[in-house]
Amino acid sequence: MRAQFNTRFNGLTMRAAKNTKRNLVMAALVAPAAAWLCVFLVLPFIAMLVFAFGERAPEGGYQAAFTFAQFANLPTRAAAFWNTLMLAPAGALLCLLVAYPVAYYLAVRANPRYRLILVSLVVVPFWTSLLVRTYAWMYILGSRGIPNLLAMIGIEDVRMLNTPGAVLLGIVYGYLPLMIMPIYVSLEKLDRRLLEASADLGAKPVSSFLGVTLPLSLPGVMTGVALVTILLLGEYLIPQLLGGGKVFFIGNALVDLFLQSRNWPFGSAIAVTLVAVVAVVLMVAMRIAWKVAGTRQVDLV
Amino acid sequence: MRALVSSVYLFLYAPIALVVLFSFNAGRNASEFTSFSAAWYGKALSNTFLVSALQNSLMIAFTSAALAAVFGTMAALGMERLGPRVRAVFDALFAAAIVVPGVVIGIATLVALVAVFSFVNPALAMIWPGDHPPQLGLGYGSIIAAHGLFSMALVAMIVKARIASLGRDIVEASSDLYATPLTTFRLIVLPQILPSILAGFLLAFTFSFDDFIIAFFVAGSKTTLPIYVFASIRRGVTPEINAIATLVLVASLLLILTARVLMRETKSKSGE
Repeated sequence: MRAQFNTRFNGLTMRAAKNTKRNLVMAALVAPAAAWLCVFLVLPFIAMLVFAFGERAPEGGYQAAFTFAQFANLPTRAAAFWNTLMLAPAGALLCLLVAYPVAYYLAVRANPRYRLILVSLVVVPFWTSLLVRTYAWMYILGSRGIPNLLAMIGIEDVRMLNTPGAVLLGIVYGYLPLMIMPIYVSLEKLDRRLLEASADLGAKPVSSFLGVTLPLSLPGVMTGVALVTILLLGEYLIPQLLGGGKVFFIGNALVDLFLQSRNWPFGSAIAVTLVAVVAVVLMVAMRIAWKVAGTRQVDLV
Repeated sequence: MRALVSSVYLFLYAPIALVVLFSFNAGRNASEFTSFSAAWYGKALSNTFLVSALQNSLMIAFTSAALAAVFGTMAALGMERLGPRVRAVFDALFAAAIVVPGVVIGIATLVALVAVFSFVNPALAMIWPGDHPPQLGLGYGSIIAAHGLFSMALVAMIVKARIASLGRDIVEASSDLYATPLTTFRLIVLPQILPSILAGFLLAFTFSFDDFIIAFFVAGSKTTLPIYVFASIRRGVTPEINAIATLVLVASLLLILTARVLMRETKSKSGE
């Protein structure tokens, strides 16, 4: 009896020891990343929040205080918010218009032999420097580019750079790959038998597309629009280079406040507001995506 | 349809091709190609500011990507065994590191580091025995830290997806055959996740090498290649920038193509 108890007890302690060892290993594995996340993500956010409720020191920088003055001051930057909140969704929708046919072609029409390389050709630009790709348009639209060509055939004084149109063009150019990919993925998963069934039941190709393909690709469309909109909300380079200070986003206001006028508390308040806007957009997008996926899920197997 | 798609591909590649083409243009205008010349490359490569910015960028990208590859992989392996709640917190923080705009990450890191330095530096000066206490400041370290954050999240996500697609059976078979956990990891798990770790490393390297906005805030007095390019663009568009841009493009193209080949290998091995 006693011996039996002893072996059982030993078994338990051994298991406990094994569990502690497992837990230690696990803790050691996640510790560096956890520390990194705390020090370089959580702590900076707390610092930014604290700064947002502080005051600007006379020589610039931060002075301890607790005031809502920075947030009350937000309307002075209304133009930046307005531009961002108008041009980011507009850019995302324009992206969608260009991206959908490409994604559809890649997923449905393209020759499977070349599909992989065609998809790669879409992804690769996204991972090359956005600065360089935006610069390319600056070069093309700038005074030595297209306007110069137009001047040669007699059309003088055309200004292309530093207009909202140039910024939108840069946005579509920069974020097109990011829009094409999720739509392509959702169209690729589409069950072809649904289209055959639709055709067998007498639907014309157009109504098959509107009734079957389009609704089933909506989750991909939602992901793409949400992703691009969220990234555009924090965009700096494209409006800076192609908008030339005339079409500025929140990102441009932030750089100005932090690096030129050194008004850190006000800048922090704007950054906090920007994060809040991003969070709201993300939540709305997730809710819509959930609704779309919840009602549209069709399983044929 | 075909014509439309072709024109989109043209739209994606023509501007880049134009920059590459005009980097070999002897003249200064973007509207006419006068004659072929590699002079702008010579001019770019003899520019010491540019070369040192390039060296900085390579060093920062390599260090942050290596740190991210090691710690991100460790986190992906450890997270498997975490409780659901702690794992959800981890997932949310990693997602935040990727979704929060770079401009906000840059600002938040700048604000936090400056605040921390304002406490640490006087304290260091008090306890330092010598005359010249070390001064902590913005520089390589802060860029590596901020880039490492995004990169770690990126590597953790890629490796986690790979681990999830691994068969548990082969790991169990290994331990049934009395392999220690470490041996199982070394001989079974690591070879299978290695391509995804490398792909994560290369993507992280590319991200860091191309990042402008985060480095712009936390670089202090240091210059990275994108910061240098941005500053020269603001001084005025010159053909020399076309040459630099071409070099940057070639470097990121090589990196991203290698990463994609590695990712594809991972996928075909797992039979997806």
